[in-house]
Amino acid sequence: MAHARTTQPVLTAQKAGLLGCRICGRANLGTAQTCSRCGAALSRPAGLQPVLAWLLAGLIVYIPANTYPMLRTSMLGEETDSTILGGAIDLAHHGSWGVAGIVFVASILIPIAKFITIGYLAVAVHRGWPMQGRTRFHLYEIVEFIGRWSMIDVFVVAILVALVQFNLAATIAPGIAAVSFALSVIFTMLAAQAFDPRLIWQSADTDTE
Amino acid sequence: MTDRQNEAGGTDGAGALSELIVCPSCDALYKVASVPNGGRARCARCGHSLMAPRENAMARIVMLAATSLVLMTAALFFPFIEITAGGITRRTSVLDAALTFSQSLSLPLALAVAAFIIVLPVLRLVAIVYALAPMSLGWYAPPHARTALRLAEEMKPWAMAEIFVIGVAVALVKIAGLAHVGLGAAFWALALLVLVNILNDNFMCRLTLWRTLEQRSRS
Ligand SMILES: [Zn+2]
Ligand SMILES: [Zn+2]
Repeated sequence: MAHARTTQPVLTAQKAGLLGCRICGRANLGTAQTCSRCGAALSRPAGLQPVLAWLLAGLIVYIPANTYPMLRTSMLGEETDSTILGGAIDLAHHGSWGVAGIVFVASILIPIAKFITIGYLAVAVHRGWPMQGRTRFHLYEIVEFIGRWSMIDVFVVAILVALVQFNLAATIAPGIAAVSFALSVIFTMLAAQAFDPRLIWQSADTDTE
Repeated sequence: MTDRQNEAGGTDGAGALSELIVCPSCDALYKVASVPNGGRARCARCGHSLMAPRENAMARIVMLAATSLVLMTAALFFPFIEITAGGITRRTSVLDAALTFSQSLSLPLALAVAAFIIVLPVLRLVAIVYALAPMSLGWYAPPHARTALRLAEEMKPWAMAEIFVIGVAVALVKIAGLAHVGLGAAFWALALLVLVNILNDNFMCRLTLWRTLEQRSRS
């Protein structure tokens, strides 16, 4: 455990009886409800319940997002449905490996990695597993930064539908998956936002004491 | 360029509180140090940027935000993609793309897309310009400047104009087999917008901006 801490025990706002604002960094009295500088609601490190609730919601709507069609294309009377994975595979078949890669990473890899990472972080905080340096915190930062990029596929659907709308030879309509995938991204973004990074550091703090 | 670890133990009185800085990521408490222009102080524990003052930062942020606003307006009304199939050319603007879902099953999706790629990015930029423009000219902060800046901060993850740009590129490849497609003026406006936003985000650290805003509105 010697390598677990790179710095000496850190004085946190919480230990000093203060509340830090996560928007502007202002120190507020421990009794304050809103930040005296920016007016943001001050949150005491809450439990993991909201995180898990959003995560579960995101996971549930992620299932139809993958099984139902994202796009319904009808061309000359012929209807084809394509799912998220099917769309990526189609692109790869046409030789657009780069774009297929983008779609695959944004719509499949990132969401799944996000579910696993947030779940892992929540369990680690809950069980109070000792921290290995900053790894866990970096995981959190990556998840928070990257989650919104999953929205690419939803925008692609919107653009395609708009483009092809008045073309009589082909029509493209969004499928159920477009809605549930968008919801899934929103829910997991909310899960990441509800996750208070201070909780991650707290397991390191209690370690120190 | 790291602050010395805090010895701010006795923290009493509101005056002393404004001399403290709390790391938004890990809750570590520091005493505000004087960081020279161009320098950067990071949290010793998690590496979050705590102070990074830049010369004329306020004016540059306002200029970048105003530029983005102009680009955004251009991007809204000019076509961002044109498609030619069977001799018919069709142009689509960002507005079309946002409103397209409303004709089909999913009105909520239309609203969400419109919010993500138009409403929130525009609101954010307006809020930033409103809150900071008077100060960049040497005036005091306007009323509710702090609320405006806080809302801009809270909207940030949900303003997805830059993600939309990547979406356009992907859609282009997807449709390339069906018809001849070309990029419209709005695409380049949006791409430029993304660059400007990246510059803006990396330019000055958030906490420094807030401290400046607080100091200017008090005096
Ligand atoms: Zn605040
Ligand atoms: Zn920190």
